[in-house]
Amino acid sequence: MIKTSHLAGAFAVLALTSSGAAYAAAGVTLNGSGSTLSKPYQEVAIEQFKKSHGDVTINYGGGGSGKGRQDLADMVVDFAGSDSPFKEAEAAKAKGGPLLYFPILLSPIAVTYNVGVDKLQLSAPTIAKIFQRDIKKWNDPAIAADNPGAKLPDTDIVVAHRAEGSGTTQNFTEYLSTAAKDVWKLKSGSTVEWPSDTQAGQGSAGVAQIVKSTKGAIAYVDLSDAKASGLKYATIKNRAGKFIEPTAEAASAAGEGIEVKDNLTFSAIDAKGEKAYPITAQTWVIVYARQTDKAKADALKAYLTFLVKDGQSLLPGIDYAPLPKTLQDKAIKQVEKVKVAAHADLTR
Amino acid sequence: MNDLFAKRSYGDRAFSRATACAAALVLLILALIAITITRRSVPVFQEMGLRFFTTSRWSPPDGIFGALPFIFGTAFTAVIAVVLAVPISLGVALFLTQVAPPRLAKPLVYLIDLLAGVPSVVFGLWGVLVLSQHFHLGRSFLTAGVILAIMIIPIITSLSREVIDTTPPGDKEGALAMGATRWEMISAAVLPHSKGGLVGAVMLGLGRAMGETIAAALVIGSALGQITLNPFAPGNSMPAVIANEWGEAQELHKSALIALAVTLFAITIIVNLIATAIVQHSTKRSRGT
Repeated sequence: MIKTSHLAGAFAVLALTSSGAAYAAAGVTLNGSGSTLSKPYQEVAIEQFKKSHGDVTINYGGGGSGKGRQDLADMVVDFAGSDSPFKEAEAAKAKGGPLLYFPILLSPIAVTYNVGVDKLQLSAPTIAKIFQRDIKKWNDPAIAADNPGAKLPDTDIVVAHRAEGSGTTQNFTEYLSTAAKDVWKLKSGSTVEWPSDTQAGQGSAGVAQIVKSTKGAIAYVDLSDAKASGLKYATIKNRAGKFIEPTAEAASAAGEGIEVKDNLTFSAIDAKGEKAYPITAQTWVIVYARQTDKAKADALKAYLTFLVKDGQSLLPGIDYAPLPKTLQDKAIKQVEKVKVAAHADLTR
Repeated sequence: MNDLFAKRSYGDRAFSRATACAAALVLLILALIAITITRRSVPVFQEMGLRFFTTSRWSPPDGIFGALPFIFGTAFTAVIAVVLAVPISLGVALFLTQVAPPRLAKPLVYLIDLLAGVPSVVFGLWGVLVLSQHFHLGRSFLTAGVILAIMIIPIITSLSREVIDTTPPGDKEGALAMGATRWEMISAAVLPHSKGGLVGAVMLGLGRAMGETIAAALVIGSALGQITLNPFAPGNSMPAVIANEWGEAQELHKSALIALAVTLFAITIIVNLIATAIVQHSTKRSRGT
């Protein structure tokens, strides 16, 4: 699936001409903001995309999924990156009309730890008990039950989490509310009511830093950051009862076992499948279906096509998982739904 | 002659109007800020009522928003900062004005004023790297208090120095002429004269410490619902919560964060009013009226 940038460009142009839009995006700038989870992908994708589309400038600002959705709703950006879809009330307030969701990647959320065991296996109820501080020692019977035969130390558990509101926290707590719903009491959200004897770090990197420097620490961290910090991570028990290591392949496997709605929204959390990694997050690029500026719309379509098609091969290199084939096909097809409409047509 | 006078008075009028406009604009901006944030904080008060100020739980998924721990954290860290900063600042200010020879005092004054201009994120990062990691203070009320103290020392020092400098030389020379030692002179002439201004300086430092966002957010620990007098515990302050949670907040959560801003706004105004009152009271007393 590795293609040269020439081919990538040819494909993008082909896609556009076939949909009847002549490519005429001289000096177009596209602005996006939102998900920090997908920022590394946006960065490498923008760099590659520029090679074939020298006249298109793309800026991706990050700032968090919530900010991205708000910016798009207020029409201050051309596209938003978000790890969760708009809520219905939120979507109704979007000033530019109907929205289109383009899934761009899947990402395993690793449960990293710093304690003297090489292999650690965890099930959802055990993770829930650890993170809400029902379990405070590493040699607790619940952890021992997940790790038969392992020698667990009598060390205090230190729980670390994100200080700021975060899509990763949202997906991690959604996983616990789904897979351990009888045990988990803190519900799900971008910020939850963590017990006050836990530690908070700024960003994935800040949390990783706490785990690295604190004996007995455990935390949820995006796989790419966990790997960058050289942390050990646990294998997690999935719905099929198998303990799965967080890898790009296991996240793609989770993508195979999900139910996708017509608007391409879904949740990859606790997916079916023998090889699926259960704590898998997803992220979308969200745009308005109706665009007012033709040149901008063409550039946007070319970039969207690149993100869901040729750009996908860049993902494993930065520890993210590409979309499964069926989902990818749907996303490529959906690019055609981005239409240019005159101002008058925009009134709903 | 007349012409020239008319021209000048026209210019004067234009000038006084322009300055009045500038002054009015500041008030207008302040009023607009107050109105907008108050209006947008209404939903959380409809939901929580005054329990917003008394509840110690903050759980966005449950829709429960209690500001008490953050009000406490803001006050606690600001008090730690002031307690640490005031003796040092006053010491430095007295040293610069009463003890140090001018050729030493001048560069020092320059250096301290420079310190006041260092962006707060630099202090915050230094706090994370040096205080919490190198000195193992962790992220706590104390770490935040220490960073805030370092940040307000230049401000309090600078203002105190200027206030102390206004002590009439006659008062000081009188005290010395009556055989007072340097410390007796300071406590009998300099401090009584400067008391009002010094309180004002401390209050301004307190205001800065309460409103400081980034440095506090980086080192305070971001623990929710923490109310304890243990300075080594992680906590949270109002500005830090706003900075941390704004990006991903929705609807009621957003409104709750804005309500925190309103609370902070109100507390800052109250602190400043108290400072003004104290300053006026003490200047009155020192004039003997």
